Amino acid sequence: MSSVQIRDVRKSFGNFEVLHGVTVPIEDGQFVVLVGPSGCGKSTLLRMLAGLENITSGTISIGDRVVNNVQPKERDIAMVFQNYALYPHMTVADNMGFSLKLRNAGADEINKRVKRAAEILALSPLLDRYPRQLSGGQRQRVAMGRAIVRDPQVFLFDEPLSNLDAKLRVAMRTEIKELHQRLKTTTVYVTHDQIEAMTMADKIVVMHDGIVEQMGTPLELYDKPDNQFVAGFIGSPAMNFLKGHVRVNGVATFEGPNGVKLPLKTAPAASDGRPAVYGVRPEHFTIADDGAEAEIVVVEPTGSETQVFAKIGGEQVVAVFRERHQFNPGDKVRLKPDPSLVHLFDEATGKRLNA
Amino acid sequence: MADVAIPRAKPQMSEDNAWTQLKHNRNWLGFWFMVPAMAFLIFFLAYPLGLGIWLSFTDTRIGRVGHFVATENYEWLWDDSIFWLSVFNTLLYTFIASALKFAIGLYLALLLNENMPFKAMLRAMVLIPFIVPTVLSALAFWWIFDSQFSIISWSLKHLGVINQNINFLGDTTWARICVIFANIWRGVPFVAITLLAGLQTVSPSLYEAATLDGATRWQNFRFITYPLLTPIIAVVMTFSVLFTFTDFQLIWAMTRGGPVNATHLMATLSYQRAIIAGQLGEGAAISSAMIPFLLAAIMVSWFGLQRRKWQQGENND
Repeated sequence: MSSVQIRDVRKSFGNFEVLHGVTVPIEDGQFVVLVGPSGCGKSTLLRMLAGLENITSGTISIGDRVVNNVQPKERDIAMVFQNYALYPHMTVADNMGFSLKLRNAGADEINKRVKRAAEILALSPLLDRYPRQLSGGQRQRVAMGRAIVRDPQVFLFDEPLSNLDAKLRVAMRTEIKELHQRLKTTTVYVTHDQIEAMTMADKIVVMHDGIVEQMGTPLELYDKPDNQFVAGFIGSPAMNFLKGHVRVNGVATFEGPNGVKLPLKTAPAASDGRPAVYGVRPEHFTIADDGAEAEIVVVEPTGSETQVFAKIGGEQVVAVFRERHQFNPGDKVRLKPDPSLVHLFDEATGKRLNA
Repeated sequence: MADVAIPRAKPQMSEDNAWTQLKHNRNWLGFWFMVPAMAFLIFFLAYPLGLGIWLSFTDTRIGRVGHFVATENYEWLWDDSIFWLSVFNTLLYTFIASALKFAIGLYLALLLNENMPFKAMLRAMVLIPFIVPTVLSALAFWWIFDSQFSIISWSLKHLGVINQNINFLGDTTWARICVIFANIWRGVPFVAITLLAGLQTVSPSLYEAATLDGATRWQNFRFITYPLLTPIIAVVMTFSVLFTFTDFQLIWAMTRGGPVNATHLMATLSYQRAIIAGQLGEGAAISSAMIPFLLAAIMVSWFGLQRRKWQQGENND
């Protein structure tokens, strides 16, 4: 186990720069998730950490050692690939023991470590099978087993769950998190799925277009997104955004589309008339007499909660209620955002305005 | 769907004649679809093979119907030293040419699989020996190895390495080397391109995984590339061995089996005896004698292929 320092790392393919100076400190034993839409550079960063891509500038260190010019096999890291990259001509046991075999470990040693990893991952009955004879979830576990057997400094995961069906994905998510709690190995995990990021991470790094938008614990990002991108990316259903202006005449309010008045707890200093974006999470709406008038468009019950799509001032928003309201499309209701939980962003830069 | 209550006259089965029944019978339909392929195989493969084997048991000559003579042709061949020389030549030719074609082909395939400038053009160029008609390339080699006008002899003389022309196709050892060389030149593209196709099916992430597991480039080849390529190697080498063993054109155009039968293969000897000398029965016996060798080559690759359990389907045993 060790810490990982990524300092001002840049990556160019030819003249095209895909990472514009990324700095991510990772503590020993931390589970860090790199998340972002496709093309944001998260996989490239992971591959640079693994040594599969060169580093154009900046430094990456594992422990106290700068690894920019260290061969992948000397970095003491293990990686789980999106397509698992299991060796099709080797049994599960041989797949898992391959790295030890290359390091000339004795047969007993290999056997012992493969068995131990197989027990951790419940693979013991499958050790003599070939990858072809395994289900998707089993292959996924073998890929992790191959990483565990090596007992590396750092685990790298490159979208490991994206080839699984929805149900299995949830199960494996828990399994990976449990595994990390047990082994406490520093882990860097890449995904485009914000729910995976939220549920698994100690620290989330949100990336977008080759830069880090924000990093922090899942709840920090959820409760206090630095900018509109992070606010919209984290959370499902996504945060509602309404464009309008800040009004300060005695009481701070927000004037939304078509003059709809929305509550604000405080307004930033000297911001009367300032164009801004008002952000409110779906679960922070309540039905209240002093709320903004809204017309219900679609009601989607999921059992545990109900998602209500409605129009405020002509703009569609989504609200989530745990209570079972009897709404019908066309009904007029009054939706009130909780003023202490709303977010305000600069319209031009997307930066957070309220504290 | 509810049945609509419109009475409809059902076709009466009793009125169907045999022809209509045949038209609607799925087994018959299947049979008719198979007929063209079957006819092709029977007329162009099974019939000539059967005829050849039958002829080898007769004393047929060109222009004269033969009689059944049992194994007499084979008994003659058993005591024929030229026949045994041709068997030896064929085995030598096949073994050396196939081994070298495999080595060079694999090397080229690995090279062409790397990222390099003009990759597409280089891949296309490798195919050139394969697309030139055999007889044309044989004629070119004939000139290259000519006893008077050989460009090799000419060059070496001008470089001062030798004083006299090398008698490439007139010396038994040189002649064997020359025909094997020509065969390799012609056969390498097939091996190289097929193996290259096989290499491209290997997922790059396997190499990345192996590299992270600590494999060197050699270990990448030894533990990943080679085992994953074995099924293709088995197929391509079977074909290569079969083509080389039955080679005729190249030899006939370059040496006609000479000098002193040193390059006579079973195929060329069979042609000489059957067509040139008119002894169809004896020629057919020489051809038929190739069958056990070819079967053996196929069996080797068949059993080689069968052992690979990891390739076999999704069965959860």
